Amino acid sequence: MASYSTSEFKGGLKIMLDGEPCSIIENEMVKPGKGQAFNRVKIRKLLSGKVVEKTFKSGDSVEAADVMEVELDYLYNDGEFWHFMNNETFEQLAADEAAVGDSEKWLVEQDTCTLMLWNGKPITVTPPNFVELEITETDPGLKGDTAGTGGKPATLSTGAVVRVPLFVQTGEVIKVDTRTGEYVSRVQK
Amino acid sequence: MIESKSWQPSAALENIKARSALQQQIRAFFLERDVVEVETPILAASGVTEPHIANMQVHAESGQFKGLHKLYLQTSPEYAMKRLLCAGIGDCFQISKVFRNDEISSRHNVEFSMLEWYRLGFTDVELMAEIELLMREIFPDVASQYLTYQDAFIRYAQVDPLAANAQELEASLMQKGIDCEVVKGDRAALLDLLMSCVVEPSLDREQLTFVYHFPAEQASLAKRCEQDDRTAHRFELFYGGLELANGYWELQDPIEQRARFEKDNTQRGSMGLPEVPIDERFLAALESGLPACAGVAMGVDRLLMLKLGAKHIKEVLTFTTDSA
Repeated sequence: MASYSTSEFKGGLKIMLDGEPCSIIENEMVKPGKGQAFNRVKIRKLLSGKVVEKTFKSGDSVEAADVMEVELDYLYNDGEFWHFMNNETFEQLAADEAAVGDSEKWLVEQDTCTLMLWNGKPITVTPPNFVELEITETDPGLKGDTAGTGGKPATLSTGAVVRVPLFVQTGEVIKVDTRTGEYVSRVQK
Repeated sequence: MIESKSWQPSAALENIKARSALQQQIRAFFLERDVVEVETPILAASGVTEPHIANMQVHAESGQFKGLHKLYLQTSPEYAMKRLLCAGIGDCFQISKVFRNDEISSRHNVEFSMLEWYRLGFTDVELMAEIELLMREIFPDVASQYLTYQDAFIRYAQVDPLAANAQELEASLMQKGIDCEVVKGDRAALLDLLMSCVVEPSLDREQLTFVYHFPAEQASLAKRCEQDDRTAHRFELFYGGLELANGYWELQDPIEQRARFEKDNTQRGSMGLPEVPIDERFLAALESGLPACAGVAMGVDRLLMLKLGAKHIKEVLTFTTDSA
């Protein structure tokens, strides 16, 4: 079993903690001059998304988590699983609801997503930073308003709801930043 | 592949020049007081037994050095300087390179510079007063405060470090949101964790804080206190969020010193660490008689960090160990 010593700790390193794969966010060594050294580590648990602070004795080892990130194209949803494909090998992988989570509303067919795999199984799905989606429903809005102050809610083809400027209409395709859920611009069809 | 820029110094050139100015300031301070500058070996037959200080070893050609195959890079010039004191050198100071394995952080580099000095006839209290004077040469008008280790813990961690049991120390840590699972039941480690994560960060960064009368179990090479034998004449200086110095009213008793070294090695064994040969030359010197004195070691790189407002030690080192 691969393991890491605390001296190898750094942001992004994947380790096992209480049977759950985790990613190190921050690592700081503290040591009273003549005393025991510790690594104070901020950790994100990758299954629950929880952030916890853990203390390790410097020099201790922890099990490495077999976690890797792959870029896969989103294919379709069969009602239970979301299917992705490796564009080069054509190998397919299915992610369950727990892995997809809130990303569901940003999944556009053919878009390349980042999947985190633990022991070969998807545990998180991250959509591209920007996606283009069609508006299926929004209020007609006020004529002549181009400033876009305030805006209005618009429902997109995936079910996501974003605030858009008043001049944007049903049937138009817009670009959205998936990290913030904010409208970026209209897209010419 | 060596990156094209990797030959460049870690520190800005003006910071490298600031070190020169700082060292001249330190030397002038001691010259004025007739404290002689000495130079002792960086490479020696013995290391330190202290369990939480990791020695670095150097392989020597067989047959050299009376059959020794391994020599130690010194973690502090303490033993050698005390041998000089036993030989009658008198008040002395040194600015030297020291090495501690595995210590790398924004405040640690494996190789660093230490200012160490000894004053005959001084007590720990008198030495702390002299440290204040040196600090005011470098940081004019800086204020200072004195806290016993016990008072510092009671004030900032709401726990008495001399009386509390492990459970009470754990409760104090958990109260502050510090995970201590890995050291449950280990009083010494719990005290270290409280010191690093609760007490030290709470100290006023704007003034010098001397924390004195450390617990006897952490006495190291300090005399025990006569009025309370749970404590020893060991102190540390904190300033600007950094641990800057560690000093003792020095232990003179060779029998007690040997017992402490042996205890260190027993603890090393229980921690799965290699035993370190006890420095017999140092103990022989103590047997011949160490004059009553107090001594202190101060981190020169950290002093420079404070002087320059540097956030990371690499800003004051010509070349950090990973780029040297």
